[in-house]
Amino acid sequence: MTATKPAIEVAGLTKSYGDHTVLDGVDLTVPEGTVYALLGPNGAGKTTIVNILSTLLTPDDGEIRIAGFEVRREHAGVRAAIGVTGQFSAIDELLTGRENLRLMADLAHLDRATATTDVTVMLERFDLVDAADRRAQTYSGGMKRRLDLAMTLIARPRLIFLDEPTSGLDPRSRRDLWAIVREQVANGVTVLLTTQYLDEADQLADRIGVLDGGRLVAEGTAAELKRRVSGGHVSVQFTDAAGLTASAAAYPEATTDAEALTLKMPNDGSIAGLRRVLDGLDDDNVAGLKVESADLDDVFLALTGHAAEAPASEEIPA
Amino acid sequence: MNTNYTVRDSATMLRRNLLHIRRYPSLSIMLVAQPILFLLLFVYVFGGTLGPGLPGQEGAGSRCDYLVFITPGILIMTVASVALGTAISTATDMTTGIIARFRTMDIARVSVLTGHVLGAVTKTGFAVVIVTVFAFLLGFRSDAGPLAWLGAIGLLILIAFSLTWLTVGMGLAADSVETASNTPIFLVLLPFISSGFVPTDAMPAGLRHFAENQPFTSMIDTLRALVTGAPTDSDLWLAIGWCVLIALLGYLWSRRLFLRVPAK
Repeated sequence: MTATKPAIEVAGLTKSYGDHTVLDGVDLTVPEGTVYALLGPNGAGKTTIVNILSTLLTPDDGEIRIAGFEVRREHAGVRAAIGVTGQFSAIDELLTGRENLRLMADLAHLDRATATTDVTVMLERFDLVDAADRRAQTYSGGMKRRLDLAMTLIARPRLIFLDEPTSGLDPRSRRDLWAIVREQVANGVTVLLTTQYLDEADQLADRIGVLDGGRLVAEGTAAELKRRVSGGHVSVQFTDAAGLTASAAAYPEATTDAEALTLKMPNDGSIAGLRRVLDGLDDDNVAGLKVESADLDDVFLALTGHAAEAPASEEIPA
Repeated sequence: MNTNYTVRDSATMLRRNLLHIRRYPSLSIMLVAQPILFLLLFVYVFGGTLGPGLPGQEGAGSRCDYLVFITPGILIMTVASVALGTAISTATDMTTGIIARFRTMDIARVSVLTGHVLGAVTKTGFAVVIVTVFAFLLGFRSDAGPLAWLGAIGLLILIAFSLTWLTVGMGLAADSVETASNTPIFLVLLPFISSGFVPTDAMPAGLRHFAENQPFTSMIDTLRALVTGAPTDSDLWLAIGWCVLIALLGYLWSRRLFLRVPAK
């Protein structure tokens, strides 16, 4: 088995709607059996890339090969190789979990015996046995997402696209889903996933592409990207909202998390810098603080000049 | 590789649509109740007055004669009513995420639509049987032989098939489910301006010209001949011609709408 043959090859991909450029020359290569994460805020063009690679949209320009098939001319070949799980559930809510899986098995043209076995296996693997004969509309968010992914995987695709697979999921469901993705990769499946969650890319991906305003602004392993940012940040935990607000005003470059009562202040790693931070703080309303090396949040901020969470869709270059 | 699986994929999609009909029966019940209400309204409210006006009765036509006269029109209206429901269910289906999934799969794409059409034709079959039984309960009697009844069933299936392809297109073209439930209403109203409820001779010239030449009239006249055991005339071929034309245009239109790349 050669690990060098690319499952996804994209060169010079562009897409625009009128004056609005969504993708502005994207190049990326994903070797077979690896995970590639497209990381970026809403409006960066992540879903557009997935839609183009999965034949839902036609690109304006670019050379794109999926599992060796040209995406515009060889639809059938591309579609036979891929499986897609989007951010909106692609399940039939009026059917039961079992019927949904059976539907996919039949559309994947599995023979009757294989289809029956595979449906049972999937229900067990995705912890849906008890709910198998209930309508999918009664499922919880996590169950729907599991069913959705099971429906993608029952056709045994060699390449799967996961468009924000864990958005809106609770931490446990996210970890379950990550485990399933890792299992697929261990079986040689290639995964392209999009995410706004930096820890998700860090956890799953072999390589990460940072997408901003329709361009890949950086690419590399999580470690490589982190190395591009010197230092890291100081994370301060406050005891009350008043203390947080006061300090946030004093450090305009810091990111505030009002819910967790924390303030993340960029830090160049020097003692002098750390002292400056400490000088501005008061024991009365500080519960604790941590000095952390750069995480992908810092990377994003350093690479794009704005935080990952902020919707950046208005700044797309024309 | 696609074409080899057209039949299998269509059968799979038909099964999906039959499950939908079973899981969501209220829409179907409403669509069957409507023609039954019209039947009751016309026979019991208008029938006493309209019966004597029927042709060939010399003013002696009864409420029951009127029932026999309008039953074919009511049956066609039943078919149109179910077809209207198909526009709604197609438009609703297009709003669900699973359609995007189907588009990324290596399946015969048109099978998504074929599933809707075949499901609707099956549903129409049930609806027509219910309405026919109801007409018999009200006193409908017929001298038609088994062959004529078979012909009537065949014609109704053909009409259902053609109207459904048209309403699937309307469902796909609609920008919302509300629009999809409004645009096909003309299909349920058109049988009123035909030979379905009163003889066309009673209408003013312009309207009469329209009523005599619109597709539903040839369908209703043929169906009336079949279920009353009368000989069919050239209207049969006209009715079949209309069905084939409507089915073909509806199919090509629906297919084009569905295969176009979603404009997102």
